[in-house]
Amino acid sequence: MDPHAIPVLPRGVRLHHDRVRGTWVLLAPERAVTLDQTAHAILSEVDGTRSLSQITATLAARYNAPEAEIAKDAAGFLGALCDRRFLDLAQEDAPPPAR
Amino acid sequence: MTQPKPPIAMLAELTHRCPLSCPYCSNPVEMARQDSELATQDWIRVFREAADLGVLQLHLSGGEPASRRDLEELVAAARDAGLYTNLITSGIGLSERRLRALDAAGLDHVQLSLQGTTPEMADEIGGYTGGFKRKMQVADWIGQIGFPLTLNAVLHRRNLHQLPRAIEMAVEMGARRIEVATVQFHGWALKNRDALMPTREQAAEATRIVTEARQALKGTLVIDYVPADYHSDYPKRCMGGWGSTGLNVTPEGLVLPCHAAQTITHLTFQSVRDASLSGIWHDGPAFNAYRGTDWMPEPCASCERKTVDFGGCRCQAMALVGDASATDPVCVKSPHHVDLQARAEAHAAAEAPLVYRTAPGRRVEEPAQ
Repeated sequence: MDPHAIPVLPRGVRLHHDRVRGTWVLLAPERAVTLDQTAHAILSEVDGTRSLSQITATLAARYNAPEAEIAKDAAGFLGALCDRRFLDLAQEDAPPPAR
Repeated sequence: MTQPKPPIAMLAELTHRCPLSCPYCSNPVEMARQDSELATQDWIRVFREAADLGVLQLHLSGGEPASRRDLEELVAAARDAGLYTNLITSGIGLSERRLRALDAAGLDHVQLSLQGTTPEMADEIGGYTGGFKRKMQVADWIGQIGFPLTLNAVLHRRNLHQLPRAIEMAVEMGARRIEVATVQFHGWALKNRDALMPTREQAAEATRIVTEARQALKGTLVIDYVPADYHSDYPKRCMGGWGSTGLNVTPEGLVLPCHAAQTITHLTFQSVRDASLSGIWHDGPAFNAYRGTDWMPEPCASCERKTVDFGGCRCQAMALVGDASATDPVCVKSPHHVDLQARAEAHAAAEAPLVYRTAPGRRVEEPAQ
């Protein structure tokens, strides 16, 4: 995944706190993905304005973890979401796609 | 038995009314009449109970859910309860104004059915002249508003050759996902096996097309595929396992473990009018009848796949071998498997006219623009 790409949660995909199971989930069309702490931390940084490399740097600083390792985890997780159409990628100078 | 986990999804069949009369309709042969449908406030209470029980995904279906005049209010209430709202529709009965009202109400996603890729095919299968043209107009509005879209194509012997075009149309419409569902025979559809059963060759061709398209369209279009199960060697993991992940509420408020469960006539179903959704889910006799694996006879009981497919579909076992606790006869380990394969071949070779279903009550009028 291009580190300059900006991950965007498209319309119809949203973070949701599952109060019954006491966990965070990603709700998407006809799917619900249970998020572990790492996945939730990564998705919480996805705001549609910051690039993957900026998100990685933020997480590395916050959790005092090696940036390369975080980048690998984030790219793997977000890439899998892209394949399922739960995440879009925009370029830094382009507006996010409509859907 | 241990306490069941909470359900993830609820199918709310808001009405059995529908302007289409598809021969593969999986709704029961005896449908609920309009005057027996749950009222708006009943549904709203059920949505809240569902969210409290742990349901995350609400599928608003029917019949045609747009036949309910209170659809917009129901969507708003479901979102308010914290549910993800999915509208499963033919598009008939939706105007641009109604779609914008559904947008304002917070509708999350639309699943649009496709009866064929040409007006001739779609209108013949749906039994509704002008339906295809109307659907294309609705798809356009869905795109303009920006609803995430899934196209749902039901395939059978008469339209399976249109699968490549259906996939193209999904991409053109900007759909993120297409459900390619080979016809399943439940409810009314059982009357049309001779007319609709795909041949074994068609079933194999569909699998090939889907496999190639998944590769070619990775990251563009997700393809969910339901193969032709009479021609398969292992049964489908029906409902993810009985009473494990989903529940269904009929137009009159009966709570079912799957939408065809009423064909298992010895089961007793409870209504949301008389009991809480939580009580029904946890303690309802119909939910506990085939939950888990303790109910299984052989060959399921000692099978290594018993928690993979949970013995397949209970309703199919009932319909095809007359015993709802039997191994789904699709399974190669079922003593009825060879016979089912022969029956599938015979259905596929038969010539028969489509038997259209007739809807209860009147036809739905198109809304004024």
